[in-house]
Parts: sequence; C-alpha cells; structure tokens
Amino acid sequence: MINHLPILQVVLPLLAAPACLIFVRARSIWLFTCLACLLTFGISVALFIHVSDVGPLSYEVGGWPAPWGIEYTIDSLSSYVLLLVSAIAAVVILAANSSLGPELPERQQPAFYVLFLLCLTGLLGIVATGDVFNVFVFLEVSSLATYALIALGRQRQALWAAYQYLIVGTIGASFFLVGIGFLYALTGTLNMSDLSERLVEVEQQQLLAVAFGFVVVGIALKMALLPLHGWLPNAYAFAPSIATTFLAASATKVSLYLFIRLYYGVFGAETVDALLPVSIVFLLLGIVAVLAASLVAFRQSDVKRMLAFSSIAQIGYMAVGIGVGSTLGLQASLLHLFNHAFIKGALFLAVASVVYRTGSSQIDAFRGLGYRMPWTMAGLVLASLSLIGVPLTAGFVSKWFLVLAAIESGLWVVVLIVLVGSFISLFYLWKIVELAYSKSDSEANTNEAPPLMLIALWVLVIANIYFGIDTRLTVGASASAAATLIEGAPW
Amino acid sequence: MDFFNYWVVIALMMTGLYIVMAQQNLVKKLLGLNIFQTAIFILYISVAKVLGGTAPIYTESATLYSNPLPHVLILTAIVVGIATMALALALVVRIHGAYGSIEDDEIRDRSKQ
Repeated sequence: MINHLPILQVVLPLLAAPACLIFVRARSIWLFTCLACLLTFGISVALFIHVSDVGPLSYEVGGWPAPWGIEYTIDSLSSYVLLLVSAIAAVVILAANSSLGPELPERQQPAFYVLFLLCLTGLLGIVATGDVFNVFVFLEVSSLATYALIALGRQRQALWAAYQYLIVGTIGASFFLVGIGFLYALTGTLNMSDLSERLVEVEQQQLLAVAFGFVVVGIALKMALLPLHGWLPNAYAFAPSIATTFLAASATKVSLYLFIRLYYGVFGAETVDALLPVSIVFLLLGIVAVLAASLVAFRQSDVKRMLAFSSIAQIGYMAVGIGVGSTLGLQASLLHLFNHAFIKGALFLAVASVVYRTGSSQIDAFRGLGYRMPWTMAGLVLASLSLIGVPLTAGFVSKWFLVLAAIESGLWVVVLIVLVGSFISLFYLWKIVELAYSKSDSEANTNEAPPLMLIALWVLVIANIYFGIDTRLTVGASASAAATLIEGAPW
Repeated sequence: MDFFNYWVVIALMMTGLYIVMAQQNLVKKLLGLNIFQTAIFILYISVAKVLGGTAPIYTESATLYSNPLPHVLILTAIVVGIATMALALALVVRIHGAYGSIEDDEIRDRSKQ
C-alpha cells in the first residue's frame, strides 16, 4: 500500500475534481472537497513519516522503469513540501464554504471547488514527480486552475488580473519548456536523477548555460521574484479571499521548491554558478525585494494588496537564503518556505473574515474591529507578530536561521537587511492593528466571523506558535533536506 | 543553412514575444503568445529529427528512425496550449462584457475608476 502513496497523493485530488460534479448543492460539494483534502493530507502525513523513518520512495508510473517511464520520487525535501501544501489545503478548505457565501453566487461555487482541487493536484504533482516534462504539465495544470480561480473574484478587475497573470504565467512556463528542451537535446533524458548524472558529462557549456537561464527565468516568473513580480499584487487583491489565502500560502512556495530541486538537486549549484551567477543574482534581487516590496506594502491602503507586497518581500528572504549559498542558508530558505505559508495563510484568512463581515478589504474597514471581532483580530495580531519575527513564533525561527547563515558566511549586510525588513513590516502591520483597536464612530453591528473560519484561522495561528516553540519537525526535516541536496546525495 | 529550423524558431519566438509586449489589443497579444508557443513546438520537433531517419514506425526496410519522444511531448504541449488559449479567449470575452473594450490602455483607465 505504502508503495502506491506517491501516485495516490496526486491522483486523489485529480479524480475528486470531476467527481465534485456528481453533487448538486454547493454545500455537499464543499463537504466532499473537505473529505478529499483531508485524505490527501493523510497521505502526505503517511509519506512524511515513511520517508523520515525508512528513506526515499520511488514509484514507476504504469510499471515502466525509469528513465523510460515517468518516475515519482518522494525524498525528504518533497515529503516536507507535500506535507505543507496538503495541510494548507485541508485547513483553508474548512473556511471556504462560509467565506465564499457573500463573495460568489451559489451557482458558481461548484466551479470554485473543482478549480481548487485541480490547483492542488498541480501543486502536489510538481512536488511529487521526478520527471522534468511532467513538472511542466503539472505547472500548467495548477496555473490554468489558478487563472480561473482569480477570475472568480467579485470585481471586474479580477478578470483583468487573471488575464495579465495568464500572459506572464504562460511565458514563464514556456521558458521552462524551452529550457528542458535544451536539456533533453544535450542529455537525451527527462528523468531528474538521470539528468543530474548525465549533465556532468555535457561538453557544450554554452548551450547548457542557455538551458539553465531559460529554466531559472521561467521559474522565477512563477515564484514572483522581484523584477518578475508584476502579476502578483493584482492577482492576490482581486481573487476571492479564500483563493488568495490558498495561493499565497502554497503556489509561490511550490515554485520555490521547484527551483531548489532543480538548482541543487539536478543541475548542481556549483555547475550552474560556474556558468551563470545565479546565487549572486538571487542574493541581490532578494535584498532589493525585501526592502522595496516592504516599503511599497507600507503605502497600500488595501490590506490584501499590502499583504501581497509583503509576500513579495518574504520571497526575497527565501531568495537571500539561497543566495547565501551555504547549507545553513538553504535550510533557512526551506524553513521560511514552511513557516511563511502558515503566517500568510493566517493573515489572509483573517482578512477573509473581515471581508466576510464588512464586505471590504480597505484598511478603513478595520476600524474598531478589535472590539467587534476580538478572536479574528487576536489571530491577526499573533500572525503579524510571527511575520515580524518575534521570538516564540514560527517567523522568528526562520529569520534566526537566516541570520545565523549570514553570520556564518560573513555577509553582515544580510543581517542588517533582515533587521530592517522586519522593522518595516512592523510599521505596515501596526497600521492595521492600530486601526483595529481604535474606537470607531460607526454603529455597524459587526459580529465575530463564522465559527469554521475562526477554527481554520486559529489552527494556522496555533501552528505559527507551535512551530515557533517546538521546532523539531521543521528544523529536522529542513536540515536533512538541505544536507541531502547540498552533499549531492542522489535520489 | 544547416540550422535553418533553429533560425526560424528564433525568428518566430522573438516575433511572438514582441507582439505580446507591443500590442494593445488583448486578442492580438494572445496571437503573439500562440506564435511564441508554436516556435517552441518547432524547436522540439527539430531536435528530434535524425538526418536520414524515417518516421518511427517499425519496418524491415529502415534502420534509422527519428526520435519519437519529443513528438509525443509536443502533442502534450499542444493540448496544454489549446487549453491555455481557450481559457484566455474566454477571459477576453468576459473582459469585453465587463469593460466594454479589449484594448489594454482603455481597460487600465477604466480599472482605476
């Protein structure tokens, strides 16, 4: 049974997506989607435990042995990211039924759940597969579902945001396709572990550099690394709140996973850096992203958009971790990938609750909410503390490791940037918190958010605190993943 | 002219990307995107061609075959491309309904209102 889990992880949500249409009422579809997400989460937990106890798992799709057939490989890195993505999906979907109520007409809600499951399939597929062309297919599965999810937003700008993301996203995926086309021409294989062995023998270094360039730029577009982030703020601001929550917590993280997998696991960081200055570029772009995006976030009046810019800044921290180039730096990136998913999930879910009650995500809508929605706002405050990086929260752990990695490599600039970035995030989050706990004149009778949204929010908030105190799971898994990748132990 | 196919690929790719960036009309942007993707398909198919090789169908008379795998990959990529195009055109229809225009600059102006 355990041998079939790698493929079930991906196939279960894929089959659940069309099966949603058996049901008629949106509520039954939601319950069914919850069940599918919970099962998917269960599978990822089983995989995670198996991989950490026994070792990597490999699955030959259709019984064709690799490298001819498509291979699914679950090692410590992929099981860690699978666990993250499926956990986020299972928590977020709990709140979906309540949150969608005022945001999407009932007859359109079935489409949301189908797209949600397809998006989840794509994201899990990217992580589980060990075949680079299969990665492209899943990249497009998740992207197409994401474009449609964004277009479900209430305002007409949602359509425009979806169109813009579609153009940029397709160019990114096509660049990735060109890159793997060159790699196939050079090596004659698409299997990742096979590629990593054969790339060493390639003599046409120039073509190899072009291939790496296309792949890196393609993934960076999907990751929203600073100069390529243009699609993200509008997409996050206008998508239905619950879709934003899921995408912010998982989609860019999976792109980052893909980059780490290819850069360290397949191409080899030293091979790439000998041809292209990827780690220096990531370090510089990451630093600029942290500073510039945080400052822009401060100037936003729409909270969803503010958090979207904050996400671009946080991607910057992860890029810096990769740019530092040491095992500890990679581990810091992996930790922040995990912790930031819970931080942003909680923050966007709190905003979703506010949108549910007030119908607006403008910062003025938060006035006085600290008294009328005390639990939601308390969750928002705790998640904000985690984003800033206050000790005993998850955000502190990842920033601490980033600072350690920077000191180890003697990059004092990075230490400074982390501090300055955290300081700016304190200011823009304070704007929200200050308004929420100031007296409001309006007589609006806003109540607490619906129970399921509160439960989902607090699960994420408690995860933030839990992973800030008991770091065995995150630090252990990221350390073993980073060590395996850097020391080049093949799958 | 040894690399004729590849020069065509580069020309088409640049043409496509230029149209995506320079055109204001949303449908024309999509046409550019389509040309760009088609260039990638030609790249893969050219890579797979073995000089003097025949179609990869087993016969007694042939000893040299072209590589069928990239062709299969591109069949998949074509399907993905069609799905993308269908979704994009559907979005353009909805945008036209919501904004009354499919010109980039007009939509930008009306988005700000």
